[in-house]
Amino acid sequence: MNRRTLLSTAAASIVGSTLASSAFAAAHGGTVKVGFIFVGPIGDGGWTFEHNRARLALEEKFGDKVETVYQESVPEGADAERAITQMALSGCNLIFTTSFGYMDPTINVAAKFPDVKFEHATGFKRADNVGVYSARFYEGRAIQGHIAGKMTKTNKIGYIASFPIPEVIRGINSAYIHAKKANPDVEFSVIWAYTWFDPAKESDAARALIENGADVILQHTDSTAPQAAAQEAGNVITFGQASDMSEYAPMPRVSSIIDNWTPYYIDRVQAVMDGTWQSDDTWNGIGTGMVGIGEISSAVPEDVKAEALALKDSIGSGAYHPFTGPLNKQDGSVWLAEGETAPDGDLLGLSFYVEGLTGDIPN
Amino acid sequence: MIRLERRPQPSRLWTAITPLLAVLLTMIVGGLMFALLGKPPLEAIRIIFWDPLFHPQFAAYSRPQLLVKAGPLILIAIGLSLGFRAGIWNIGAEGQYIMGAICGAGMGLAFYPTTNPLIFPAMVIAGALGGWAWAMIPAVLKVRFGTNEILVSLMLVYVAEALLASVSQKLLRNPEGMGFPGSRNFQQYPAAHNGELLPGTGMHWGVLAAFMAVIFAHVLLTRHIQGFNIRLTGEAPRAARFSGVSPARIIFLCLGFGGALAGAAGLFEVSGPAGQITIDFNSGYGFTAIIVAFLGRLNPIGILLAGLLMALTYIGGELAQLMLGLPGASIQLFQGMLLFFLLATDVFTNFRIRIGKTEVA
Repeated sequence: MNRRTLLSTAAASIVGSTLASSAFAAAHGGTVKVGFIFVGPIGDGGWTFEHNRARLALEEKFGDKVETVYQESVPEGADAERAITQMALSGCNLIFTTSFGYMDPTINVAAKFPDVKFEHATGFKRADNVGVYSARFYEGRAIQGHIAGKMTKTNKIGYIASFPIPEVIRGINSAYIHAKKANPDVEFSVIWAYTWFDPAKESDAARALIENGADVILQHTDSTAPQAAAQEAGNVITFGQASDMSEYAPMPRVSSIIDNWTPYYIDRVQAVMDGTWQSDDTWNGIGTGMVGIGEISSAVPEDVKAEALALKDSIGSGAYHPFTGPLNKQDGSVWLAEGETAPDGDLLGLSFYVEGLTGDIPN
Repeated sequence: MIRLERRPQPSRLWTAITPLLAVLLTMIVGGLMFALLGKPPLEAIRIIFWDPLFHPQFAAYSRPQLLVKAGPLILIAIGLSLGFRAGIWNIGAEGQYIMGAICGAGMGLAFYPTTNPLIFPAMVIAGALGGWAWAMIPAVLKVRFGTNEILVSLMLVYVAEALLASVSQKLLRNPEGMGFPGSRNFQQYPAAHNGELLPGTGMHWGVLAAFMAVIFAHVLLTRHIQGFNIRLTGEAPRAARFSGVSPARIIFLCLGFGGALAGAAGLFEVSGPAGQITIDFNSGYGFTAIIVAFLGRLNPIGILLAGLLMALTYIGGELAQLMLGLPGASIQLFQGMLLFFLLATDVFTNFRIRIGKTEVA
């Protein structure tokens, strides 16, 4: 590398170069090129692992009619916008950006590449060529909460939360409501880790909760570090998050919430192939299989397992909504009246705890 | 028997060629690593170092991006290099960068949605002051109580990160953001937006400020008495003291300057490329700038080139991931090798290798 050429090319780039148009993005002789922006490493064993699994399933399903590329551990912010732009420039027809923090960058890049389709996970901003999708993870949390309430002996349940955004708050509320129904004496302690993936921090949080007497650890972070901490402590149960984490079954991992993106991704790629893709807002749950419940292990008594599966079926069929009144807010005011179910609008912007949860949402 | 013998004086030749040697060794060992991963090594090296500049499909976009990426690195590294020259180790530029972003963004958002040409300059001043104030904490503690500035400045990074998380959810949160953390986006607030000065060039005020800082630091170090005092303090502290240079003044000057530049870099980034304050806004520029400062031999011109080279490995690394499916971690390893080989080859600046028997003393 010659310093002089480096400097002169940098200078040249100041003088004249314009953003390439989307000409490269279109026209790809039959194959659809699909890009993925991942927030963690594909080996995280959780969130990104499952998105990547769905990517591999696309390749298997469509064979050489589809080409996939990905970039992992993309920071949310300025770097994301560049990563997405480069992906669009490389000729992708469809790009999945798989973390909330990619929302504004995705919208910005989409405006420059009108011929490329974008799918942003867990956000709320849409455009003609930007659709959003997420899963109703809170449905799975209800089942976790039920098992947790039945299984705890100390009546203390620890919860490792990531960021105080509606998705995470929904999960805490749903787990609490159903734990409380199963066992009126349960108490929740929530630790905010401010990360999606940081094994060291997650492990510290799990240890702190266990030291305080929690014998059930729920997590909304992506690594298996809490499982490892629980295994070390013994007699503490956990649930796989985003991925099955079955390497920790039957103990400490007694069940899991599995994000299954495969059917949705296949569906959207097919739509691009058929030319029928349209921007929309997808929020699916247990019913369509986007939220899966991992096998309930032998550590859970048969009757509890049966109740949990019955709860899963009633949520899946739509007979039961995890947020059904009467439910009060933490301050005691009424949120949902008897028999009323939470409208999606309330859930999408949820920013309060339900009655009975202690502590404040850092807000 | 191979042994190292101290040179009477640091070798000028080695000072000049070690960065190039380090890049070369990184290419060789990195290429080996890529080969072990089952990827074509020559192609990977070409994509990292050549394609961001000349690839027909990407270069038009990635060349300006080099400046966007290098701008904050250079700006912060220039500030740090003055301190490093004087033997003052400010490791907490990341925290000063965050505080600059928070203060500057706060200033801008306070005026939302009014338009006034003075808003952006006020934000720049607030950003620089925020970084400066954050750096004054280790400076005052060092001067007053003799604390170690390495520890204090580093620990303050984590305090700054906690503050960043707090303001993105409370004080500076976008009231129209549906309860999600993160401030308003400056891209939708033109009076406070640090956009491209010329479309398609990547040049924003921060890049311009980085170039100005390079020139300023160069003049300071070669022409100005304070620059001489800084160098003297680092190279011969006792001599500096005898010649009447106040150590306290040098500490305040170096940490303050480093903090102000890091703070300004944070402001330029938050109001431009990043667009908004978010929990994860900082992405390690403050730490990477330390590498850039040393890669550039603490010399302003060297830092300019090192910053551009570092930006090249970032953007080239992203392209290599995209085109060859290289794992993200291998790119970080590749960048780590660069610093490793630089430090390793640095030995030859001060030592030379002697082959032969050890002389009996």
